[in-house]
Amino acid sequence: MGFTMAEKILARASGRPQVRPGEYIWARVDGTAVIGGRGLLARLRSLGVHRVWDPDRVYVTEDHLAPPPSVEAANAAVEMRRFVREFGITHFFEWGRHGIIHELFPHHGYLAPGDFIASIDSHSTSYGCFNVASCPINEELPLVLATGEVWLRVPESIRFVLVGRLPGPEAFVVGKDVILHIAGTYGTDVGLYRSVEFVGPGVASLSMPSRFTIANMGVEIGAKFAIFPCDDQTLEYLRGKMRREPRPVSPDPDASYAATYTVDLTSLPPYVALPHDPGNSVPVDQVAPERIRIDQAFIGSCTNGRLEDFRMAARILKGRQVHPQVRLLCTPASQEVWRQCLEEGIWQVLADAGALITSSTCGPCPGLHMGVLGDGEVCISSSNRNFQGRMGSPKAFIYLANPATVAASAVLGYIADPRVFL
Amino acid sequence: MRFQGRVWLFGDNISTDLIMPGHRVLARPGISDREAAQFCMEANRPGWAQQVTPGDIIVAGRNFGCGSSRPAARLLKALGISCVVADSIARLFFRNSIHIGFPVLICPGVSRIFQEGDIAEVDIETGRVRNLTRGVEVQGEPLPKDSPPYQILMAGGLDPYLKARLAGERRSP
Repeated sequence: MGFTMAEKILARASGRPQVRPGEYIWARVDGTAVIGGRGLLARLRSLGVHRVWDPDRVYVTEDHLAPPPSVEAANAAVEMRRFVREFGITHFFEWGRHGIIHELFPHHGYLAPGDFIASIDSHSTSYGCFNVASCPINEELPLVLATGEVWLRVPESIRFVLVGRLPGPEAFVVGKDVILHIAGTYGTDVGLYRSVEFVGPGVASLSMPSRFTIANMGVEIGAKFAIFPCDDQTLEYLRGKMRREPRPVSPDPDASYAATYTVDLTSLPPYVALPHDPGNSVPVDQVAPERIRIDQAFIGSCTNGRLEDFRMAARILKGRQVHPQVRLLCTPASQEVWRQCLEEGIWQVLADAGALITSSTCGPCPGLHMGVLGDGEVCISSSNRNFQGRMGSPKAFIYLANPATVAASAVLGYIADPRVFL
Repeated sequence: MRFQGRVWLFGDNISTDLIMPGHRVLARPGISDREAAQFCMEANRPGWAQQVTPGDIIVAGRNFGCGSSRPAARLLKALGISCVVADSIARLFFRNSIHIGFPVLICPGVSRIFQEGDIAEVDIETGRVRNLTRGVEVQGEPLPKDSPPYQILMAGGLDPYLKARLAGERRSP
């Protein structure tokens, strides 16, 4: 019997000829990240950890509170920089050259197809779009920093076979709509404890940003890994960036999957997830007739804050104005994306439309700063979670959608189908 | 490792945004676990954190602790909750719990045999969960005794486990 992508990568990372679901293994990571510095140095010292296993494979920035809105946040960043100096970390991103870690990681070539990564922040599943088995961690960070290893239970694998062609950014239907459709149809725990693999002829029709969004929100369906195969687009994106040779894996024809689901991309509409769960997703045309009034529209986050996303927004906002009673926040996933948008004239279009353009931060998505919601407010967001209280007040209402749907809603003042602007 | 306590019953998909609200806790990196714990479940059950007494047990439905990887289990531990038993537990919450030595048990069907306020007896090692109030029981999925998470949990969490491991490596390089 053959092997899934996850099983192949985990066998290599654990130094075994093969692994099977249910086995516990120790696996060597190919890279990891540190975000911020809250309590990190004190904890490492108390454990007697005075060096990291490989200072060249630990990537450090502060993206959640960037730049700091409070003394407490500034002090955590002071501790982060002290960690960088004392541990001889070679890849540190100061504000201005920073970004959300999930955008920095592939952009700087800290991963290659076939890698195994265990890294901080739940959206570390993102790297799976590059044919990487990448799982989020948190409390075990000191273990990974000290030893370069982490324990895992080899997961069962399930697969989504994508068929047809995704309409794509030109038609305002992107990866976000695929993953919201999956979360709504198969449930937000369909991938729990499992490796979720996205395969099939439809994959080729997905841009890398669309694949990124799907893998990113893999954690929203519970996934341990969310893995795509490696193809020409993968290698093209990573060309000139990778620091090591790719070791791409593909599933064997007789690999064992606990479940197989088929998703037809061709007729997929834009989706909207209603409060307070990403699994409450419906096609946008079921919501649009209600004309749900919004106070805030947010385009940003590691999920949908890239060039492709702001290009869609600019197409809708060109020559139009953000609705007088709405604020549109545009927060790029990295300063590199910020620069790209500047070069392409996207910021000019969005500023002319009355949007608020910020520097890169996780900021509003987890309710931290630069766009926190108040009581009774309604927000449509291109981010990843609409749990109660996620973006601030527990009395606020968050709708998730793709960036085109957010932009269209910002213009009209209510949740709208972006395809009216095609 | 066996616990007996009063049950707080929660439903499906209790997110870490509910357990550890970002704007209350993550926005304040200097906040202590004890202080932060006062905001637990503030959105879905205002006042709950103030009603918890040490030794209480959380019984929940599917996907408990879903979402963000933030160290939410620390706040339940700080409140004195002795363990969490749920139909299923989100992966990150599960791992975070084990790594701080906070007992959790996956036990499909457990949410159906309890009502709030019942007395539960939870055996983390055998996976047996009994409702002492109603005299029914259900079998959970205990960790295999030779697995790293079992060893880490029994050591009291990652920190004591890692200290011992690193000390061992220094003795025999």
